[in-house]
Amino acid sequence: MIYRETGQFKANYQDDQALFPIAQDRYVILVILLITFGLVPALLNEYWLNAILLPFLIYSLAALGLNILTGYCGQLSLGTGAFMAVGAFSVYKLMVAFPGIGFIPMVVLSGVITAAVGTIFGLPSLRIKGFYLAVATLAAQFFLIWLFNKVGWFFNYSATGMINAPPMTIFGAIVTGPKADPIAKYYLVAAFVAVFALAAKNIARGRIGRNWMAIRDMDIAAELIGVRPLIAKLSAFAVSSFYVGMAGALYFAVWLGSAEPTEAFDINQSFLVLFMIIIGGLGSVLGSFLGAAFLVIMPIMLKNLMVDGFGTTSALAEHIQIIVVGVLIIGFLIVEPHGLARLWRIAKEKMRLWPFPY
Amino acid sequence: MNQQSSPETILAVENISLSFGVMKVLDSISFDIRRGEIRSIIGPNGAGKSSMLNVINGFYHPQEGSITFKGETRKQMAPHVAANHGIARTFQNIALFKGMSTLDNIMTGRNLKMKTNLFWQALHIGPARVEELENREAAEKIIDFLGIQAIRKKPVGKLPYGLQKRVELGRALAAEPELLLLDEPMAGMNSEEKEDMCRFVLDVNSEFGTTIALIEHDMGVVMDLSDRVLVLDYGKQLADGVPDEVRNNQDVIDAYLGVPHEH
Repeated sequence: MIYRETGQFKANYQDDQALFPIAQDRYVILVILLITFGLVPALLNEYWLNAILLPFLIYSLAALGLNILTGYCGQLSLGTGAFMAVGAFSVYKLMVAFPGIGFIPMVVLSGVITAAVGTIFGLPSLRIKGFYLAVATLAAQFFLIWLFNKVGWFFNYSATGMINAPPMTIFGAIVTGPKADPIAKYYLVAAFVAVFALAAKNIARGRIGRNWMAIRDMDIAAELIGVRPLIAKLSAFAVSSFYVGMAGALYFAVWLGSAEPTEAFDINQSFLVLFMIIIGGLGSVLGSFLGAAFLVIMPIMLKNLMVDGFGTTSALAEHIQIIVVGVLIIGFLIVEPHGLARLWRIAKEKMRLWPFPY
Repeated sequence: MNQQSSPETILAVENISLSFGVMKVLDSISFDIRRGEIRSIIGPNGAGKSSMLNVINGFYHPQEGSITFKGETRKQMAPHVAANHGIARTFQNIALFKGMSTLDNIMTGRNLKMKTNLFWQALHIGPARVEELENREAAEKIIDFLGIQAIRKKPVGKLPYGLQKRVELGRALAAEPELLLLDEPMAGMNSEEKEDMCRFVLDVNSEFGTTIALIEHDMGVVMDLSDRVLVLDYGKQLADGVPDEVRNNQDVIDAYLGVPHEH
């Protein structure tokens, strides 16, 4: 097989520490980026962009965020939905109050606001671990959603309690609101995801990422070699919430266009994103994407296949889809509890050795 | 064993008492460690040896007594303060970061040498990149020293026991400590692995000038390596002195060493 590092000698540590030290990986990433930014918008229609790729990319960003916290730092969180809501409501308030600052800074800023909120709700992690922490973050989920329902200031006292994204433009293209251009929306979200996936990968392989993993793997030893649990855990909560908040902002403003807290950001969102990283692979950037793809794209594909291919009614197809996805999740977790990213790693190992078994 | 001409005290422990509830684990222990020496702590199981190390690097907070490290007297130290001031350790039961590679474990040991902020790290350019490369070089020196080049990129959870112990030593050395606490570095090893580990301990001591506090049950190793030996028994200080004194101390023989079997 062509995929192997044989013959690719590293003469210095700089090359050895490159993001993708194996040349074939670099080509694959390049091809993926070319397809993402070149081919996809040219070839696919509005339905694909709006209904499949947008949610996939946005959920990838959210999964990336949760993976930083749960996969890299080992802190279980069930508050993802609420943190997405914080991002969504932040970007809404910013869009309404300061329409002049531009949409991209708004999304980043709502990430920053979510990071602050996430850090506060991360404080219990200094005392409690595992399932107990999950319950503490559950409190964040219920409290924040209650807050967004109850306090009129957050939804500008609209009669329905809904928030609607006003139209915003980037370089002349409308990216939010009902008249938004699907290609512009796609480019915007894809750019966000690409940039922050790279940033996540960089953080994960540097000092901060190693400190997170040290806390995850053996917190006492980490503390005794100078990793401060307070800083490591809260920074993981902050960075994770930053990502989740931006995902929430894009989810509301770019994808949904309007949202109501109890429906759009309920606990099912938290579980959905958690399942994504468990199925995709904990502690893996690639896994976040694979998990999001599995839980966003596959159900839609399955449904389309049944409705268009077998002529089942859409109601029946939806029920069958739920059953099949459930079975697939269980099947995958039995076959490979470490997620799709591990399957990919095993496949790569096999490819390296091919045609020899070991 | 490099006895220095002017034995400066690097660490002095005075009247340390530690109890968990009614259990008295350490009962007014006082001893000192001189710069550059290999200091062993021995004693039967449950004597309080590991607790003593935990007190020194700030993980346990003693109820009484004080610790003077490099001239600064404290009642207790926070673990990161101890690490910052140059105390590193290994653990009795290996406490490596199992999901990470050997290299990453050792690099984590250098986390206190690295300062760049989240922003630079996310971009991985400029100072973050320079810092990462500098520390990689330092980590590679330790990898060379311990002869673990081949397992650099392997996840440590899958390594055999002896190698894991070696990686753990590497992680402690990565911090360039002045005082290295080794908690049973040779436990569970075969004689060949033990010899290797002894060699590493001596080399660390002589090449890097690191002061070493060692807990070990193999008396051959202890008597050969140590400059001075402290004996604990049920939290009490039984004896303290050079290996020969300790070996012939009747209390120590009764409590721990025993007498050779007649053949």
